[in-house]
Amino acid sequence: MYRIVKKRVLNENTVWMDIEAPAVAKHAQPGQFIILRVSENGERIPLTIGGYDREAGTVTIIFQMIGATTMALGELNEGDSLVDFVGPLGRPSELEGYKRIAVVGGGLGVAIAYPQAKAAHESGIEVDLIVGFRNTGLMILMDEMKEACSNLIVMTDDGSNGHKGFVTAALEEQIKAGRNYDAVIAIGPMPMMKAACDVTRPYNIKTIVSMNPIMIDGTGMCGGCRVSVGGEMKFACVDGPDFDGHLVDFDEAIRRSKVYKDEETKKKEAHICNLTGEVRTHA
Amino acid sequence: MPNMNPKKTPAPEQDPKVRAHNFLEVTQMYTPEQAQEEAQRCLNCKNAPCRKGCPVAVNIPAFIHALAEGDEDGAYEIIRETSALPAVCGRVCPQENQCEGKCVRGIKGEPVGIGRLERYVADRAMQKGLHTKKADIQKNGIKVAVIGSGPAGLTCAGDLAKRGYDVTIFEALHLAGGVLVYGIPEFRLPKALVREEIDSLASMGVKIERNMVVGRSIRVQELMEEEGFEAVFIGSGAGLPQFMKIEGTGLNEVFSANEFLTRFNLMGAYKFPEVDTPLRVGKNVAVVGGGNVAMDAARCAMRLGAEHVYIVYRRSLEELPARREEVHHAMEEGIEFKLLCNPTRIVGDENGNVVGMDVIDMELGEPDASGRRRPVPKEGSEHRMDVQTVIMAIGTSPNPLIKSTTDGLATQPWGGIIVDEETGATNLPGVYAGGDAVTGAATVILAMGAGKTAAAAMDKYLQEKHA
Repeated sequence: MYRIVKKRVLNENTVWMDIEAPAVAKHAQPGQFIILRVSENGERIPLTIGGYDREAGTVTIIFQMIGATTMALGELNEGDSLVDFVGPLGRPSELEGYKRIAVVGGGLGVAIAYPQAKAAHESGIEVDLIVGFRNTGLMILMDEMKEACSNLIVMTDDGSNGHKGFVTAALEEQIKAGRNYDAVIAIGPMPMMKAACDVTRPYNIKTIVSMNPIMIDGTGMCGGCRVSVGGEMKFACVDGPDFDGHLVDFDEAIRRSKVYKDEETKKKEAHICNLTGEVRTHA
Repeated sequence: MPNMNPKKTPAPEQDPKVRAHNFLEVTQMYTPEQAQEEAQRCLNCKNAPCRKGCPVAVNIPAFIHALAEGDEDGAYEIIRETSALPAVCGRVCPQENQCEGKCVRGIKGEPVGIGRLERYVADRAMQKGLHTKKADIQKNGIKVAVIGSGPAGLTCAGDLAKRGYDVTIFEALHLAGGVLVYGIPEFRLPKALVREEIDSLASMGVKIERNMVVGRSIRVQELMEEEGFEAVFIGSGAGLPQFMKIEGTGLNEVFSANEFLTRFNLMGAYKFPEVDTPLRVGKNVAVVGGGNVAMDAARCAMRLGAEHVYIVYRRSLEELPARREEVHHAMEEGIEFKLLCNPTRIVGDENGNVVGMDVIDMELGEPDASGRRRPVPKEGSEHRMDVQTVIMAIGTSPNPLIKSTTDGLATQPWGGIIVDEETGATNLPGVYAGGDAVTGAATVILAMGAGKTAAAAMDKYLQEKHA
């Protein structure tokens, strides 16, 4: 069993957890992910590794409670355990050779962009970290992020912090202003990563995206996570999750990520019912 | 006097019309009377050709004789001397090509139903709890690691545990059993039974570490240099699915058979929403391929409520690589076979949903390298199938993870680990391999045979090392 040793509620739907998993902590590298199950009938879901403490044998995950599994996970507390926690999976990010990069995180991606920026920053790379939130009330990890980069740019959808707009617009502004990036790392929902690639393409800046498709085993077995990259079929779990964003077929990836949308909605409704004690049946 | 009936005693089966819509086991166990009747058909041949047909050399005449004498428990002990998974083998072995294929009774009639009898003996033993009876084993304290808990790994682990080794199995998934739990469906091999077989290994002292992806969570070198394992057996299987290189493979409802079966079996998606993992099939389903995996996927799709399920295979019925019994069961359940037919394109709508599959008829030409007649397209025979789900069951290749993380391990260009066939030894000292990781996708029993061979060689290697 994998014990939750620390839990921090970052905002109304984002949670930080440190999980006891010594084998994963011993081998984890930035950019890799884990797969967990909350309970015996639960789904296997992939989450990016948010950090690790090799000595304590713990691994950090940061997640938003948006689906049935993440909602169930968010309800657990310190001392509770997960039934399964396996990793580290996927290939580590390759950041060698870069002097200055921009790490862009939108929406759910902020929590994942932070550890990426931190790892790059700690390896001596100059990092501009560009993140976005709907409003100031939802901002998370602000102190940590300041420490993890040279230059933090925070955008809000409603302009409540004085910087209104999308992270992609802020990225373009930086590029236009002459910040020469060796690479851009874009992390977040697929439409946001696609938009970031559209921004960098005319400038020919290498753009790395972290793909998060539907996945079951995470070891190359199911092929559910296949992504078209430069016309070739790649498995995000073993060939990725990082890919050259300019080569990724995002339209296909976005379509494929929605295959079980109806079922997910059903499960989420069922989950809410568990909370209220109301019994609902599904046809 | 043996029972000279030329036909096997039939095993009860669920009505095809009923079972095509449920998840219960298709073939039922013999009653004690039926088992007795069938056991009496064995001539107890001195040279035991059946035994030569068995990759793990079960002493078939001896166990059947014990059964015919009314000694069920003794029969079980005899099978267990050489087989770690009797309840599994009795169900999924291709007996027609192995033990039963060599049976003398098969010359002038049907062979003895060895598979059904093995299953009967194993199931009875499990009902009585004989399988988890604590074994009296003299421990030698030598640590051995087994990677993968599929048929090869379980067999290797069982044989080494019996010889006194301290065996730990490392399994990547959350459940032990490998293809027995993620691949072969419940209606052919009940999962509760796989658990029982694994429990029986545990009663011999075998430890299982789940959620350990060797190559990621721990490397082979670490096992040997830091964790004190003196020998390692790699039985990681051939899990990587292949897809056809045709247009439309990236559409929404295109699955590998691995994904489809993993959702169905390992994750229990047929119970959604009682379990969280979903799986949906369209009105009509095409399964591309002709092996046992294709039959399993097709029969699962039928049970999920598809109206028409097609097997699309580019050669003819004669070349179908699946077991006859599986093909027969699939046909009984209403699976439609589109033979000599090959997909050329999967067609999607504007949302990326599958709305059809273009196929072309084939005819058989000259024999190819495999000795089978090569299928060639018939010009002008293209047509579109009305399907909404496509499942690719055209084969798998070995997972490259262990190769890429184990320094110096020699492999074939296509990824299979290179071993000495007599021993299962790789080019690295103390490292052995077997099963699909070596051969590419094959059968449960061949993997078990490889696990058994390697266990014997590992024992010899370790005994010499400690002499």
